Amino acid sequence: MSPSVALQEMIRAIRSARTQCEERGVIQRECAAIRAQFRQTDNGGRSHNLAKLLYVHMLGYPAHFGQMECVRMIASPRYSEKRVGYLGAMMLLDEKQDASLLITNSIKNDLSHSNQYVQSLALCTLACMGSAEMCRDLAPEIDRLLRSSNSYIKKKAALCAVHIVRKVRDLGELFVPSARSLLSEKNHGVLHGAVVLITELCGRSPETLERFRKTVPDLVQIMKGLVISGYSPDHDVAGVSDPFLQVRILRLLRILGRNNEAASDAMNDLLAQVATNTDSTKTVGNAVLYETVLTVLDIKSESGLRVLAVNILGRFLLNNDRNIRYIAMTSLQKIVGTDHNAVQRHRGTIVDCLKDQDASVKRRALELSLALVSASNIRSMMKELLIFLSSCPPDLRAQAASGIFNAAERYAPSKRWHIDTILHVLTTAGGDVRDETVPNLIQLITNTSELHCYTVHKLYRALLTDISQQPLVQVACWCIGEYGDLLLKGECQETEAVQATEDDVLDALEIVLQSHMSTPTTRGFALTATMKLSTRITDNVDRIRSIVSIYGSCIDVELQQRAVEYNALFKKYDHMRAAVLERMPVIQKNSLGQTNGEVSEETIKETQPGKVKQEEAAQPQQPAGQVVDLLDLLGGSQEPLAPSSLISITSSAPITATGSAGGDLLDLLGGLEPTPLTPAPAMTVYDKNGVTLTISCEQQSDSGLTVMLTASNSTDSDISSFTLQAAVPKSVQLQMKAPSRDSLPAKGAAKLTQLVVLNNPNKVNLKMRIRVSYTSLGSVVQDTVQVDSFPGISAAGL
Amino acid sequence: MFIFMLLFSRQGKLRLQKWYVPLSDKEKKKITRELVQTVLARKPKMCSFLEWRDLKIVYKRYASLYFCCAIEDQDNELITLEIIHRYVELLDKYFGSVCELDIIFNFEKAYFILDEFLLGGEAQETSKKNVLKAIEQADLLQEVRPAPLKP
Repeated sequence: MSPSVALQEMIRAIRSARTQCEERGVIQRECAAIRAQFRQTDNGGRSHNLAKLLYVHMLGYPAHFGQMECVRMIASPRYSEKRVGYLGAMMLLDEKQDASLLITNSIKNDLSHSNQYVQSLALCTLACMGSAEMCRDLAPEIDRLLRSSNSYIKKKAALCAVHIVRKVRDLGELFVPSARSLLSEKNHGVLHGAVVLITELCGRSPETLERFRKTVPDLVQIMKGLVISGYSPDHDVAGVSDPFLQVRILRLLRILGRNNEAASDAMNDLLAQVATNTDSTKTVGNAVLYETVLTVLDIKSESGLRVLAVNILGRFLLNNDRNIRYIAMTSLQKIVGTDHNAVQRHRGTIVDCLKDQDASVKRRALELSLALVSASNIRSMMKELLIFLSSCPPDLRAQAASGIFNAAERYAPSKRWHIDTILHVLTTAGGDVRDETVPNLIQLITNTSELHCYTVHKLYRALLTDISQQPLVQVACWCIGEYGDLLLKGECQETEAVQATEDDVLDALEIVLQSHMSTPTTRGFALTATMKLSTRITDNVDRIRSIVSIYGSCIDVELQQRAVEYNALFKKYDHMRAAVLERMPVIQKNSLGQTNGEVSEETIKETQPGKVKQEEAAQPQQPAGQVVDLLDLLGGSQEPLAPSSLISITSSAPITATGSAGGDLLDLLGGLEPTPLTPAPAMTVYDKNGVTLTISCEQQSDSGLTVMLTASNSTDSDISSFTLQAAVPKSVQLQMKAPSRDSLPAKGAAKLTQLVVLNNPNKVNLKMRIRVSYTSLGSVVQDTVQVDSFPGISAAGL
Repeated sequence: MFIFMLLFSRQGKLRLQKWYVPLSDKEKKKITRELVQTVLARKPKMCSFLEWRDLKIVYKRYASLYFCCAIEDQDNELITLEIIHRYVELLDKYFGSVCELDIIFNFEKAYFILDEFLLGGEAQETSKKNVLKAIEQADLLQEVRPAPLKP
């Protein structure tokens, strides 16, 4: 092999440069020389020059001036030049460069060259960087080559076809017949290429997949040949015969057997054979076993085979090789949903992997552990997970924290355990929890009224220790504000009580207010908490008044606004202060998992009547409303709501304690407009036999109106099959949305709501007849009621 | 399918890069730089697989060179390790006990060998012998005095 001396000398020169600057100098000189030589006509050293340029390119220096030289070299009749030219094309030209189109013709010519090595260069380049246009142009050529008698070319053409199908999906059809016939080849390279091509074709189009299902017996045959046949020196790798081909065939079988009983049956025996016969001492055997396991778990295999597969994964989990353990966990993750019990058996090993040094293994172990948490093992698993959380790498913290919260939410054995767990997470990884954690925790705390005392004592202690974890500080401030009286009483059943004076508590809150570590949100919490304490403590109200007035000139607009309003509450509206700052009502539980579509409108509606009373009583609504709003913006926000439900909430307007931040924001903005932020009153239209139906409406637009029907049952027995039907005058368009439920439990345990959208373009006098039908105590009851006037709608305005 | 294959030294110097998807030069440089940093930061006994930016990365260290490739989601990681090993074996056979310097000074030959083993991101020939034979023949063709080939 003639060494390219000039190239090697240049490489030596570059490597001997001692500084970056020197290297740059050498390279600039060389590039200049190369450029000069490119401009000259044909000389013997063209390929060397281009090779030099490619080396320089690999070091990271610009080499675009070599693109045209590549094009010229590809067209050269000399093989050495073609070879380097094509290499340059693959390195410097990609489909984004315009120059790449120029080589299409050369490739086309070279594909039909008499010398197979030239053809191979063209095929390789096309498969590496062929653009969609090039692929379309040359697809027929490739198909022709697929049918040639030369195995060397056929195997390359097959992979080139794979690239073409990836670039231009429609061309797949073209290759289907040739692909089919390639399966009867003996040459392993061609077989491998054929299997890859068929895999790609089946992946792109379901019809093709159907057609290729018939090849399952042939594939099974080929595999059997590989597995059973003796030692074949050409293809053997550590005792496994052509593992690369085996793995690809198994993968294709997986695709063909998925969701298809017949195909899965045909491969059952083979898979069992491969699973049992493959030597698992070396990586190569494990690679084949791994692919087999994936296939078994994905097709409709019989249960014995599945058990075998899961056992193989179990063995992998105990393997010394970390790679194998990682692979095992990845696969177990895939089946933890379907074969949960099988995976549970390996829980111990998986939990041990949480302590592994390797970050990838840790991540997998974390995901799998979280999936394996169940009601029976929650306590032990949580212990492990909390230990993990305290020492886990930073990029996994957020995932671990939210996983722990989800698990705690679903399987908490007791409320106290739940609160303790959340507090533990907040102290360990407070910075990495999601924003919803704070309102969720607050909601949880308000719901556990028996633990208010315990919670506030614990949180106070936590606050004294460390105020850097913002979510924890926020929750602590909120609780101290709410339950400060319990804290000051100094006694607690569940835990050692904190003996704090009013000054101590106010000190703690002031420290939070003034600390540079507190975010503006946290400061807001602290200020509001301080304000709330004014009704819960007796001696230091003046101190609170002075704190509040100081912040009236704070730079932060949010804080300033709050302080000013609280000040107003002290001065002008002192008579209302107690009412405004009284204990928050219990926030309705909204399950954590709810996503956009499912906001329980009924929960928001249920607090509505209560809030309506509170606000209607208070004349100056704005400060009171805004106090509640601001609290909700930070404290009460639930999962983000879908736009449609947002509209209904803003339309129903009441500032509820459970309203979402988004909804409240809109309310606030709505409040800025001239139309007053009046809540829509609810009107009872039907009240018989303990069943009540109320309606409230909101005008959406000039002719549009939404009516919310709410039904409740105050009898002692449940009501089922509750349905509402509505009729309106002919010109009015009516659309009834789905009701929130279809039964009414006894004693008003839950309400039923249904939204009706009306469109009244002709502005006729709106009337509605509502038919109520339900089953109670075994008998069916039907009743009709007519509604002639709608609350909240001005007669003229409709 | 391989998305790319990178060979780099312990100092982070790139010795070979093969990309099977179209990316701009800038993107390639960025990916290379960040991935090299990530892989070099890993300790010796760690797992050969990692998830990086939605890609599955498989890497193995041979003496002073790191062989690092990115594969697609459905690809088998263990067989990828075997493919990397096969490539190293091919280089070894070709250069006779290969070392990093061989790959530095004969980088274009390393590419030719790679192109004879992988095509379009997939293995094209599963027999070591056949790959080496093909390279030999192609080299012979190159040897022939620079006489133009008949088309």
